[in-house]
Amino acid sequence: MVKPKVQVENLRLSYGPREVIHGISFDIEPNEILGIIGPAQSGKTSLLRCINRTIEFTVGAKPSGTIRVDGEDISEMRNVYELRRRVGMVAPLPVGLPLSIYDNVAFAPRAAGMKKKGELDTLVEKCLTQSALWDEVKDRLDSLGTKLSGGQQQRLTIARALSHSPEILCLDEFSIAIDPVTTMRIEDVLKVLKKEVTIILVTNLVQQARRLAARTMFLWNGEIIELGPTEQLFGDKPKDKRTYDYVNGIFG
Amino acid sequence: MTGSRSTLSIYGEKAIELLIRLCGVSAIIFVFAIFFFVFREGAPILASKDFSLGKFLTSTEWYPTSMSNVRFGTLALLAGTLSVTGVAMLIAVPFGLGAAIFVSEFCTGKVREILKIVIELLAAIPSIVWGFIGLTVMNPIIQNLFHVPVGLNVLNAAILLALMSIPVMVSIGEDALKAVPDSYREGALALGATRWQIIWRVLLPAAKNGLLAAVLLGVGRAVGETMAVLMATGHAVQIPHSIFDSCRTLTATIAAELGETREHSPHYQVLFLIGILLFTITFIVNLIADFVVKGVRKK
Ligand SMILES: Nc1ncnc2c1ncn2[C@@H]1O[C@H](COP(=O)(O)OP(=O)(O)O)[C@@H](O)[C@H]1O
Ligand SMILES: [Mg+2]
Repeated sequence: MVKPKVQVENLRLSYGPREVIHGISFDIEPNEILGIIGPAQSGKTSLLRCINRTIEFTVGAKPSGTIRVDGEDISEMRNVYELRRRVGMVAPLPVGLPLSIYDNVAFAPRAAGMKKKGELDTLVEKCLTQSALWDEVKDRLDSLGTKLSGGQQQRLTIARALSHSPEILCLDEFSIAIDPVTTMRIEDVLKVLKKEVTIILVTNLVQQARRLAARTMFLWNGEIIELGPTEQLFGDKPKDKRTYDYVNGIFG
Repeated sequence: MTGSRSTLSIYGEKAIELLIRLCGVSAIIFVFAIFFFVFREGAPILASKDFSLGKFLTSTEWYPTSMSNVRFGTLALLAGTLSVTGVAMLIAVPFGLGAAIFVSEFCTGKVREILKIVIELLAAIPSIVWGFIGLTVMNPIIQNLFHVPVGLNVLNAAILLALMSIPVMVSIGEDALKAVPDSYREGALALGATRWQIIWRVLLPAAKNGLLAAVLLGVGRAVGETMAVLMATGHAVQIPHSIFDSCRTLTATIAAELGETREHSPHYQVLFLIGILLFTITFIVNLIADFVVKGVRKK
């Protein structure tokens, strides 16, 4: 039995008095792509933000329960910055930092203390190549990242998330603002990346989970309705009727 | 019916457009009108044979009322204005921007509201009151603290000017920082950046234009301030060699002397020329700022 990469146990989260995640538990295997589907407001983004502990910056947000990464309780980690480097995050809308393309990708390594120009150069090229952007931007690494097209910016954020060599990569509805062609290119990238990292793929496109994920979780109103092999959720007989309805678009 | 209505609305729209255009143009007209007026009052002296523009700019001898040998050298006054402003900015920029960062990034809720109110209160203190503080509070403190004979000097005036320009810097600077989208902060946070790294590497670069504007408004406030510096500098015509020397500024000279002059006398005209000099200084500061901002943008 392989040791799980991430273990979530009885995770609860409330914003002020309102609880939005109601005690969920699940494991994520190393090097798998776990798909998470579910309607808007069901707590998908909040769940990801608990895993890299950026939830701490939301005033009034109170998580409880335990999340372990490689068996280590993240709430007891002293160096939260290191945790955030181990868990890469790609947001729904690309957030190009107001820096050059190069500096965008070099941001996290620099924050972590890497200074040598040569090392940074190699790393920037590697990450941009991995995110299928290198050929399009290699001649203008000095221009502003925010000047790229939406799809390119999203690949830039992926390159940036890869720049700190994360062990876990969280993608939060990454395709919401980009065209289908770019989406497919990134999906191909993810299939390759899976060899090196564990991927949590929150997606608004249920078919995307079907294409990429070995296992899929259906999260609804802060509860796991069903978690299992992707074929099971997308097949004729998922365990829960609601899964069938949601996956087949009958959901009200 | 609908036809006449739409013609009316077309005319209405035209009228509003005209009005807005007029507002815009009027700003330009005012600037030129002011410049023209000041120039008209001061210009005749330039043609006078007793006056030399070179001396005006390079001599430190300011004896505008001497019977035997009138001398209009403004170099000492210019040095006074520049040194007081310069020292004031050395104090105000770090404190002002620091406070802006603190209010915008580190404060929440009550603390933040209270701080903003206090800072705005600071801005509401009339400059004559600052002058009183300079005379009666700062003067003895500086004397005792640094063991200098006079406490009315560059340092005193600079501290007052700094306190007067900090509120402007804080509120404009805070607006600039608040205008940086939260997604930048979150993006950097998710990359494992510390709070300080976020401020230094993301927020300051993103807000630099606004922060520069904040600093420049502060400089403008300091260069133009009159009453407080008149009372706090010691009003002595000399080039200050240390921050404990008294000095005199261009503005204070105009304020103190204009009332005593005869209209259209040489002294009167020279004071207006000083006005033009002040105008030129602020113009140059703004121009430099423009270039800096443009240069920054290009990159
Ligand atoms: N910063 C916040 N403050 C208060 N409530 C929030 C905040 N972020 C999300 N929520 C609430 O938490 C619930 C889950 O939201 P979210 O995690 O964004 O869901 P999803 O990503 O699935 O759309 C929603 O009801 C939302 O209103
Ligand atoms: Mg979401």
